[in-house]
Amino acid sequence: MNNLNVKFGLRNMFLDGVRPVNELVQHVNTNGSNAYIDALGLKHKELNDLLRETALKGATSITVQNVFGQRYIGTRLYLPNLAKKMEIKIAPYPGNDLGAFLNGHRLIVYGNAQDGVGNTMDDGEIIIHGRAGDIVAMSMRGGKIFIRDNVGYRAAIHMKEYTGKVPALVIGGTAQDFFGEYMAGGRVILLGLNLSKNERHKAHYIGTGMHGGVIYLRGRVEEYQLGKEVGIRALDSQDWETVGQYVSEFSGHFGFDPAEILQEKFQKLLPVTSRPYGKIYAY
Amino acid sequence: MYSYLLPEFAIERNEDRCIHCRVCERQCATDVHYYDAEMDKMFFREEACVGCQRCAVFCPTNALFIWPHPAEYRPNSSWNREKLQDLKKQAETGGVILTGSGNDKPYRIYWDHLVLNASQVTNPSIDPLREPMELKTFLGRKPDNLEIEFNKGEVKIKSELYSNVSITTPIVFSAMSYGAISYQAYKSLAMAAKKFGTLFNTGEGGLPLNMRKEYGCSAIVQCASGRFGVDPEYLNAACAIEIKIGQGAKPGIGGHLPGEKVSENIAVTRMIPQGTDALSPAPQHDIYSIEDLSMLIYALKEATNYEKPVSVKIAAVHNVAAIASGIVRAGADIVAIDGLRGGTGAAPKAIRDNVGIPLELALAAVDKRLREEGIRNKCSILAAGGIRCSADVMKAIALGADAVYIGTAALVAMGCTLCQKCYTGKCTWGICTQDPYLSKRLNPEITSQRLTNLLRGWSYEIKEMLGGMGINAIESLRGNREHLRGVGLAEWELDVLGVKGAGE
Repeated sequence: MNNLNVKFGLRNMFLDGVRPVNELVQHVNTNGSNAYIDALGLKHKELNDLLRETALKGATSITVQNVFGQRYIGTRLYLPNLAKKMEIKIAPYPGNDLGAFLNGHRLIVYGNAQDGVGNTMDDGEIIIHGRAGDIVAMSMRGGKIFIRDNVGYRAAIHMKEYTGKVPALVIGGTAQDFFGEYMAGGRVILLGLNLSKNERHKAHYIGTGMHGGVIYLRGRVEEYQLGKEVGIRALDSQDWETVGQYVSEFSGHFGFDPAEILQEKFQKLLPVTSRPYGKIYAY
Repeated sequence: MYSYLLPEFAIERNEDRCIHCRVCERQCATDVHYYDAEMDKMFFREEACVGCQRCAVFCPTNALFIWPHPAEYRPNSSWNREKLQDLKKQAETGGVILTGSGNDKPYRIYWDHLVLNASQVTNPSIDPLREPMELKTFLGRKPDNLEIEFNKGEVKIKSELYSNVSITTPIVFSAMSYGAISYQAYKSLAMAAKKFGTLFNTGEGGLPLNMRKEYGCSAIVQCASGRFGVDPEYLNAACAIEIKIGQGAKPGIGGHLPGEKVSENIAVTRMIPQGTDALSPAPQHDIYSIEDLSMLIYALKEATNYEKPVSVKIAAVHNVAAIASGIVRAGADIVAIDGLRGGTGAAPKAIRDNVGIPLELALAAVDKRLREEGIRNKCSILAAGGIRCSADVMKAIALGADAVYIGTAALVAMGCTLCQKCYTGKCTWGICTQDPYLSKRLNPEITSQRLTNLLRGWSYEIKEMLGGMGINAIESLRGNREHLRGVGLAEWELDVLGVKGAGE
């Protein structure tokens, strides 16, 4: 066959052995517009096949149990003809790219999420009762994400906004390096609720290459932790209104006291220019 | 304007012919020509001329002659004029030297060292005027084997087939975004692709809402590092999706669309605020490995219900064959390879002219590697970067491509003269500009006709060459190196290309 003595040495980890939907019906339990899916032993595609199938059959509220690393939950639900957006409850551990390209649905995770939460998300809501991995909200263009605990590296990278569509990301804990890198729009709120008194945020290079949007940061951050493209400002009354609104929404999801959160000092990080690299070329 | 620089072009105006109609003044986007009413005379500023030849071809009396400026420093093959001028520009600005379109340096063009075969005596050639000749091409993953069911005289394919896109000729328009090129130029490509039954590529600039319904079925939409204009509707409107990892003109770097080009319409299509820089980072930040690439490929397949083939476009670089193998294993249905001479709207000259390897070698290496590994059927190969004519298409297909991307050739069909000033946004031909005064020079009805003419001409030439070889389907030429011979190539070059020398 070939001079490597390996015949068709290609294993497709996504599609090999995927069972057709009709063989998986025992995983679904439907009751009117409510459905229950047991994800135990399902492959990435099998679970998403089932979700789509269940949505098309009219379920608008779906609970998915025993999720252990299945990816792309919510991604296959671009269904423009659906009368009502769906609510999907997930427990305990959804895999990478949760809600990637999400189209207006609401995902609630009772546990931790992995990398790529809300990757290029278009609209909707993701609420995580736990932590999330790297590149949360990468290139997110609309909707809201609430994360109770910490996030990994490069959160909010290249988030963007246009006209009325302004995405929001609220993080209860702290973030790792390159937080808000290349940010082009949107609102990010980092609360640092799990930091001890006077402990600074973990991230370095915050807002490197940032050229749009705004980061509201609660708790301590040193000048050297910021990228050179961002400036620090105090919050004005409109900022406080925005922060107050998102913080109370956040507190509502996770049972915090918004007044207590808002007592602490907030800082506002803004890009110093919308054109950080306008002057590096010789024309 | 720079000091101490020789003008790039010299202008000569034949005063006997000039009728002072001022067409040259109106056509020039860099204000080279101007009229002095008191003296009733046309004047010019040579130093602003980019040599696009717009004024010369529009002059009704052929009074203008534009040519490379004859002044030279002392001849020096190492420190040539271009090097000196670039040094002076950088000394003045401290900036990165920008340029546009493809690599213009004299690297070996392998197409010009490969010759095609024809039938003589031992098998008959075919006349495409009278016999059917198949150029139809399917892009996408093919099954390892086909299970066929015979039932009472009925034949059915039992195997599950992957989604493929059918094109009527193996020529596709390369990625050129709305923003890099004008709306008129972008729409011309879309109209021509639809009319001819082939595809255009949106680049990383989104697909305007008003074009989605009509032209989505002819569009390859890109999902690149900036994710501009990407929403679920955009992905689902297209017939294929391309993940852009790299570009032949600037492998390894991202792109900056300057804020002044981000007009209202471009802002809406890219989904960013008006006037901000559209920055495409160098890497895709969710892809740091083949496993991560696989994750995005399947994310896109999930987002489109596994209905569209996913392409991955890379620049041709040193280990391109191993990279391509990884891409196929990651689940890509199409691998697009963009070579050293691929074009661009803007790139640092140091990178355009020095980074990457020639397409011909990369293509042959990738095809060979995928065959050796037994996975060639799992993807289609699209070859891009420096395809200038139908013979180049034939040679690319014989080296293993399924189809080719043409960018520069399509731009030239629309009017481009390769002045390489795309990055200034002052394209007099109305292609690479967002200035409404310039872009309205293109009428998509007429320009798309010029593009379909080009596709028709090339397709006919391809049929003629195929017929001459005695084969009647483009399928039979794919990867068929027996139809190629090398002329004037060294042993190692023949070896990489996998072709014999002429006469062997």
